[in-house]
Amino acid sequence: MVVKTLTGNYAVAYAVKLARVNVVSAYPITPQTTIVEKLSEMIEKGELNARMIRVESEHSALAAVYGAASAGARAFTATSSHGLLYMHEVVWWAAGSRIPLVMAVVTRAIGPPWNIHVDHQDILDQRDSGWIIAVAQENQEVLDLTLQAFKISEDPRVYLPMMVGLDGFILSHTTAPVDIPDQELVDSWLPPRRQPYIIAPESEVVMGNIAPDEDHFMMRYSMAASMEAAKKVIEEVDREYGEIFGRSYGGLVECYKCEDAEYFVVIMGSWAGDAKKAVDTLREQNVPVGVVRIRFVRPWPREKLLEILSGAKGVLVFDRAVSMGSTGILFSEVAQTLYPLNISLKGLVAGLAGVDVGPSRIEAEILKFIKQTEEGAIYTPTEWILPEKYAGRYPSSPKEVIAK
Amino acid sequence: MLVEIRFHGRGGQGAVTAANLLANAAVREGKYAQAFPYFGAERRGAPVVAFARISDEPIQTHSRIEHPDIVVVLDPKLFELANVTEGLKENGIVIANAREKPDVGETFKVYCVDATSIAQSIGLVVSGWPVVNTVMLGAFARATGLVKLESIIEAVREQFPGKIGDLNANAIMKAAESVREC
Repeated sequence: MVVKTLTGNYAVAYAVKLARVNVVSAYPITPQTTIVEKLSEMIEKGELNARMIRVESEHSALAAVYGAASAGARAFTATSSHGLLYMHEVVWWAAGSRIPLVMAVVTRAIGPPWNIHVDHQDILDQRDSGWIIAVAQENQEVLDLTLQAFKISEDPRVYLPMMVGLDGFILSHTTAPVDIPDQELVDSWLPPRRQPYIIAPESEVVMGNIAPDEDHFMMRYSMAASMEAAKKVIEEVDREYGEIFGRSYGGLVECYKCEDAEYFVVIMGSWAGDAKKAVDTLREQNVPVGVVRIRFVRPWPREKLLEILSGAKGVLVFDRAVSMGSTGILFSEVAQTLYPLNISLKGLVAGLAGVDVGPSRIEAEILKFIKQTEEGAIYTPTEWILPEKYAGRYPSSPKEVIAK
Repeated sequence: MLVEIRFHGRGGQGAVTAANLLANAAVREGKYAQAFPYFGAERRGAPVVAFARISDEPIQTHSRIEHPDIVVVLDPKLFELANVTEGLKENGIVIANAREKPDVGETFKVYCVDATSIAQSIGLVVSGWPVVNTVMLGAFARATGLVKLESIIEAVREQFPGKIGDLNANAIMKAAESVREC
């Protein structure tokens, strides 16, 4: 064990090295690039015995690791934003083929307008694809979660690929202390990759061929069942990791100051830290509020959330991604989970394109929500926290411009 | 106690590296630290900022630093080009690469070090640019006492081993000797 100050991206690279990955392929994109740069350096120095496949696009990068994994290799790729969208077809191929893989997604807004800063639009765009999707809060968790991703993805009960999300710049380019586990300990915990069949030039297996409709249907059914099974595996891996490496995060969700809470903030990613700080301040004023941090979006932690939130007076959801024409994406998930219960519920869309939302703003929103709820339970699916620069005014609409 | 620091530099001058090295030095002393850049549309030469937090406790927040306790200014011209004391706390500290006291009013504690001359005098110059970021960390350590000079040097040597590390260590010590309240 050694503590180093690492960026979130380097924390990913160290985890990939500890997992003894055999094949890496990626195409550069901000803010992901330094992950594969570091891996490339590790391979070049002989610290990691892996093959780096250079490709001309993200579509090919994921296709390359998908092929390598089908052939039995432990494989890894990483991307962000437009790169992830460009991969989207292969994202579905990998999950539908039931090929364990790990991909780091350095979360970033999708253009236009062009933007390199954090939001969760890119990773949440993949939520129906059949990948396990998790998002970290801190650099230490980035390393731990990336390591765990190999174990979860390759578990025979799961056998689905997994994305590990880390917030662009806020984690990817921020240095913080990271405890790097010993290689021997990782080796004793993470077994070599096993798979029921491999696809090699001499093997008599095909993949992706046209199949009877009923077979396709049953593949989807079996993926859904594995997603359900993954919930248990994720909790197991988190506990086991805690016993061996000394760090557990709560599995599917992390609950912060939840025990006697009456109000809850639901949030995901690095700004959950700011929410915790807001809750610390409010707790000093005896405001009974806690933070439920979504760690896994897929599988969605329905049962766990019901367990935590069923007695709540109010739930306030912070979303860093929105489904245009509907609500914040986490909000819709939380709302369908809490559907039968009569709980005051509000969704806030904020922090898109990296617009800063600090603890004091979160604190104010919590107090406002509590006050509203005390006057009677509310149901507000979407309220936008506009950037300070635009508070109180909207940019011109096409209609107004044409009228001029 | 949480201390928040903002570095002002010009693109290519190493403000981000300075923030990272400071965090590294603090972690070596068992403290918690965080360092991060802010990327706008900067190009080489344009004013840039980077941030660091140092604390005795784990750091939860990831939001931007609006009210720093300390600002470190890597280039004397930035006192004209940028508002380097924006949001700086009352009684905040300014650590300036400057020969004489810059015009920042009377409410801040200001330390001056001629980092440019120190870098030039020992040949710490890359592509014609004196390397002042590490030099300023020497001044920072001495002026604030927040981290030890040895920790800064260790952090710098980890990132720049060998002869470059030696040059930097030399410059850091020179800066620590010559930094003065001004």
